[in-house]
Amino acid sequence: MANMTMIQAIQDGMRVELARDPKVLLFGEDVGHVGGVFRATEGLQKEFGEHRVFDTPLAESGIGGLATGLALQGFRPIAEIQFIGFVFEIMDQIVSQAARMRYRSGGAYQAPIVFRTPFGGGVKAAELHTDSLEGLFLQTPGIKVVIPSNPYDAKGLMISAIRDNDPVFFMEHLKLYRSIKGEVPEGEYTVPIGKANVVREGKHATIITYGAMVHTSLIAAEEIEKSRGVSVEVIDLRTISPIDIDTIVESIKKTNRAIVVQEAQKTAGAAAEVIAQINEKAILHLEAPVLRVAAPDTVFAFGQIEDEWLPTPQRIVDGLNQVLDF
Amino acid sequence: MSNQNYEVKIDSIEPLQVLSPSGEIVNEAMLPKLSDEELKELMRRMVFTRAWDKRAVSLARQGRLGFYAPVSGQEASMIGSEYALDKEDFILPGYRDMPQLVWHGLPMYQAFLYSRGHQHGGQVPADVHVALPQIIIGAQIVQASGVAMGLKLNGKKNVAITYTGDGGSSQGDFYEGMNFAGAFQLPAIFFVQNNQYAISTPRSKQTAAATIAQKAVAAGIRGVQVDGNDVLAVVAAVREAREHALEGRPTLIEAITYRFGPHSMSGDDPSKYRTKEEQTEWEQIRDPLVRFRNYLQAKGLWNEELENQAAEEGKETVNAEIKRAETVDKMTIPGLLESMFEVPPVHIREQIEFYSAGGEK
Repeated sequence: MANMTMIQAIQDGMRVELARDPKVLLFGEDVGHVGGVFRATEGLQKEFGEHRVFDTPLAESGIGGLATGLALQGFRPIAEIQFIGFVFEIMDQIVSQAARMRYRSGGAYQAPIVFRTPFGGGVKAAELHTDSLEGLFLQTPGIKVVIPSNPYDAKGLMISAIRDNDPVFFMEHLKLYRSIKGEVPEGEYTVPIGKANVVREGKHATIITYGAMVHTSLIAAEEIEKSRGVSVEVIDLRTISPIDIDTIVESIKKTNRAIVVQEAQKTAGAAAEVIAQINEKAILHLEAPVLRVAAPDTVFAFGQIEDEWLPTPQRIVDGLNQVLDF
Repeated sequence: MSNQNYEVKIDSIEPLQVLSPSGEIVNEAMLPKLSDEELKELMRRMVFTRAWDKRAVSLARQGRLGFYAPVSGQEASMIGSEYALDKEDFILPGYRDMPQLVWHGLPMYQAFLYSRGHQHGGQVPADVHVALPQIIIGAQIVQASGVAMGLKLNGKKNVAITYTGDGGSSQGDFYEGMNFAGAFQLPAIFFVQNNQYAISTPRSKQTAAATIAQKAVAAGIRGVQVDGNDVLAVVAAVREAREHALEGRPTLIEAITYRFGPHSMSGDDPSKYRTKEEQTEWEQIRDPLVRFRNYLQAKGLWNEELENQAAEEGKETVNAEIKRAETVDKMTIPGLLESMFEVPPVHIREQIEFYSAGGEK
C-alpha cells in the first residue's frame, strides 16, 4: 500500500499495464518528454522508451486516428486529450470510428482504446478546459464512460479500462488530481467497469453521484445528518456508461427517496438517464420524485462565479430536504 | 530590397506518364518491370472491373444493391495502385474504392452485402488486410498513420495505403494524417484520385493550390503527380512510393483521373455540372482501358477474345456473387445488440432479452 494522489494512482495504473503488456502504447500532446501538462505520465517515457510513450504533433483528430489505426494492428492505445474542451476535434474518431468498430465489422475488428482526459470545474482554468461533457458519450453506443472519484478506484479502473477490448472514455477530474490522497495497493488489481460503489450507508435518502461531486455529496450528507438527524446513503457511480442500475435500485428499496447530483448542466446527461432508469425499475419504491442537483444550463461559468455555479453542499442539502419533505 | 529568397515557391510539376493516351511508351525509364502475364493480368482486371461496375450500376437501379459509387474511368488508378502492393500491405479505402478491396482479397459478395446494408459485409476475413470503406471523408487518412505505425512497430515490411479524392484533400484530417506520417517517419502512402469533382464541386473550387500533390510539401513528405489513367504510371509510382515508405518516407500521390458516371446511384446528375465535351474527351480519348489495350495489342498480348472473356467473367462473377449475397441470413436486432461490446453490459443484455421475446408488446 502507498498513499497516493489521484494523479499518482492514474499514473501507476498506466505503468502497471505498460509493464505487463507490450501492446499498450501511451501518447498525446506533451505526454512523453515532460510527462503531460499535469505530469500524469511523468517518467513513463524514460521507463518504457519512446516507442511506447510519446509526444504527438498537436492535432487531436490525428491522435484519434493514430489510436484507431493502431488498434487495427492489434495495439492497445491510451490516447490523451489534453483538456476536455479539445474533445470535439477528435469526436469523429471516438464516436464515428472507434465506438463503431466492433459493430460495423461484425466483430472482425475491435478498438481497445482508452481515451483519457482531464475535466471538471473548481480550478478556475481557461475556458473550454473544465466542462463536464460526459453526457455526450452516454448517447454514444459502443463506448464506456468511466469517472473515478478517488485514487484507489482511479488505478483499478484505469487497469480495467486498458484491458477492456472496447473503447473507454476515461475522465479525470482536475480538482481531484492533487486535492485528495488515499491508500493504493501496489501492482495489479482491478475495479470493475460498470459497478457502482456505496461510499456511505444511510436509511432515509440516497444520493447518486460521481466524480468530484461524490466528495461534495459526502459533505452534504454529514451536514444534513447533523441538522436534521437523517442518514443519507451516497452512491458513487464510478462508471456512468453503463450505469449500475442494480445498486441504485437496491438502495432506493431501502431509502425510498433519492436525488442525483452531477456537476454537468442540468438538462439531459447522466442524472437524467439515472432518473429514467429508476422510473423503469423502481418507481413503486419511491415516496417522492427523484430530483436533480446540477449546474445551471449555461455555458460553463466564468471564473469569477465558478464556485457559485457548481453544485454546493448547501444546494445538495436543499435537494435532500425537498425529497424528504415531499 | 534584398535578393534573399524568403518566399516559398513550388515549381510546376508534370504528371508522370509512361504511356500516351493512344498507348505509346513516352517514358521508357519509368516503365515498370512487369512480365507479359502480369501485363495481361492488369488488363484483365481492368476489363473485369469495368464490366462489374456496369452490372453493379444496373443492380443498384433495380434495388438489389444499396449505396453504390460507380468506378468506371478510374480503373487504372484503382487497379494499378492495388496491383503494386504486397498482399499484407493494409488498405484504408474511401467508399468508392471497392475494387481495391476486392482485388486485395475481400470476397465480392461481402462488398455487395456492405452496399446492401448487411453487417456481414464488414466482417473482413482475418487474412485480408483492409479497413472498411470510410464514409467520413478524411477519417481514414489519420487512421492510415496509426496502421502504418502499427506495421512498423510490429516489424513488418509492409505499408499502409489510404485513398481519398480531390475533395478529401481539403479536409483537415488530410493534412493531419500526412503530417503524423511525416513526423513519425511511417510507411504510409496517401493516394488521391483526383477525379475532378467532389460530387458536383470542381477541383478548381477545392483549393487555390496549383496541384494537390504539392500539399505534401507542407507536411514534409514526398509528393508526386501521376496520370491516373495510365495504369503503368500508377504501378510505377506506387512501387516507388512503397520503397520510400519502407524507408520511413511517406508519399502523397495525386492521380489525375475522371469518373465517367455519377457520384453515386442516389440521384446525382453529372450533366448539371459537367459539359458534354469534357465528358466525351475523357471517355473517348482518355479512357484508361483504351490506352492500355492499344499498348498491349501493339505488343501482341491482347485481343478481342481475351477482352470478351474478361468482360464475361466480370459479369458472371457479379451475377454469382450478388446471388450469394442475397442468400445470406437476415440480421436480427438481438444480433446487432450482441455486436456492440465484447461482453454485453446489463442494459444491452436486457434489450437482447426484450427483442428476443418479440419486442414491444
